[in-house]
Amino acid sequence: MSGQPMIEMCRVSKWFGAFQALKDIDLSVAKGEKIVVCGPSGSGKSTLIRLVNALEAHDSGTVIVDGIELGDDLRKIEAIRTEVGMVFQSFNLFPHITVLENLTLAPIWVRKLPKKDADALAMELLERVKIPEQAGKYPGQLSGGQQQRVAIARALAMRPKLMLFDEPTSALDPEMIKEVLDVMVELAREGMTMVVVTHEMGFARTVADRVVFMDQGEIVEAARPDAFFAAPQTERAKLFLSQILGH
Amino acid sequence: MTNAFILRWLRANLFSSWPNALLTIGALWLLWRAVPPLIDWAFLDAIWYAPDSKACRAAAGEGACWAFIADKHRFILFGTYPYDQHWRPALACAVLIGLWIASALRRFWSWRLVPIWIVGLVVVGVLMWGGVLGLPYVENERWGGLILTLLLSTFGLAIAFPLSVLLALGRRSGMPVIQGLCVGFIELIRGVPLISLLFMASVMLPLFLPAGVTIDKLLRAQIAMILFAAAYLAEVVRGGLQAIPRGQYEAADALGLSYWKKTLLIILPQALRISIPPLVNTFIGFFKDTSLVLIIGLFDLLSTIKVSLTEPAWSGFGVEAYLFAALVYFAFCFAMSRYSQNLERELAKPEPGQRR
Repeated sequence: MSGQPMIEMCRVSKWFGAFQALKDIDLSVAKGEKIVVCGPSGSGKSTLIRLVNALEAHDSGTVIVDGIELGDDLRKIEAIRTEVGMVFQSFNLFPHITVLENLTLAPIWVRKLPKKDADALAMELLERVKIPEQAGKYPGQLSGGQQQRVAIARALAMRPKLMLFDEPTSALDPEMIKEVLDVMVELAREGMTMVVVTHEMGFARTVADRVVFMDQGEIVEAARPDAFFAAPQTERAKLFLSQILGH
Repeated sequence: MTNAFILRWLRANLFSSWPNALLTIGALWLLWRAVPPLIDWAFLDAIWYAPDSKACRAAAGEGACWAFIADKHRFILFGTYPYDQHWRPALACAVLIGLWIASALRRFWSWRLVPIWIVGLVVVGVLMWGGVLGLPYVENERWGGLILTLLLSTFGLAIAFPLSVLLALGRRSGMPVIQGLCVGFIELIRGVPLISLLFMASVMLPLFLPAGVTIDKLLRAQIAMILFAAAYLAEVVRGGLQAIPRGQYEAADALGLSYWKKTLLIILPQALRISIPPLVNTFIGFFKDTSLVLIIGLFDLLSTIKVSLTEPAWSGFGVEAYLFAALVYFAFCFAMSRYSQNLERELAKPEPGQRR
């Protein structure tokens, strides 16, 4: 974990109208690091990771991803997006094409991979998320857990250097959460750089190098998971942990 | 057993109460008065073939004179196109209808349709104009009849549809100038009746052109119709675009797809699919609207029928003539409508898509 960081945020702010969603955020993520971002709803955690691949534009401060500073330049933004995979809460698979085509679309059209290679890569990834038999189906025919695993495979098909997860298990039925988390844990073991917004504290304990706790647009605490869960430093973090672990 | 069943059915459905019984009897009486005479007139007493109108005149009022249609069918279908060349518009009609059928089949739904359409329309143009491949040249003042109706509506929709997609995308774009232009165009055209557009194209436009420059009348009418159809179709397409959830845009963005790749690969295939029923609805309206070119002196199907009636020998057979026109329009529109209904049912099925 040496050299330049994967993500470097410096005094980043973001407004939605008069509402300030992020206030002077400083955050650095090293290559290979796994970060779990948590906090109450509306705390700005989704906005934070959506800045990284420019799904939202920041209003002030600098965001540098893989050595490229994000700005208005659409080419730079598209270049970053090919290096950064993203998994959404609501899967957002493309419903009009098959699972396999969902995986091969971006490699073929953005990476210019020959179709044969893209197909092979897609099948390999479907093996990895343990649903190769669903390749020919349409997303609507799959369960929520299967869809989310396809979404992870779709992001991985671009061979990203960094993966962003925006509450990947929040829309899932409880019995499907584990199958998705298992895939994510394995990905972490392989050394992927990951930023994960989640309330799955078990996952945070298992894989996170750091837990970042946010509230009201600020990073309130950032610590190793064992330290964070055993002895949170702030009242807000204590309150939050008692709320999500309390029942 | 069966008799009892029929009686029970009659009682439940037709005679369940006194008012219903009266309505049933009234309706039966009306049918009895209307249907047999109509069948007598249209079929049994009709004159199907006659060398001239004398037989029809003798049978005036008794039976329909379909002989009139039989005598005039070449003119009604192909207008004043040279008689010995009628196979050309006939073949062009077949090509146009073939294009529509190919576009209607779901297994042809891909970008391959674009070259198919371009080739098809070029073939139709060569057939109609001629001047190459040994075909004598036929100026388009002589085009008319059903082929003109099909040409106006097919070329109209084939050009208006892509234009409407661009307009709808422009209207939703973030660029103020493009958005303003698209909104302005759509609202301007939608705010004006088609008749006034056609008048403008045929009467006013030539006044504004520099001396010596003339644009063919058919072309002017065609352009007016294209602009009109594009404005209406654009709003239909915009409706489809609006139905696509934001997550689809974000997922495509997150994969690094550019605006056009995102639009062509992800957004439009979904948006157009859900727009099909309202699109077909607009197509049907447009097909019938082509008959308005009659007022600027083009000879579409309806005009050729009107002109046929002005011939002294056949004057007075307007009912038959307009019934025939109605039948032709109905055949095309009903086919489109049935197709749209079928498609709606098929797309609503949990076909290769939705989990129940």
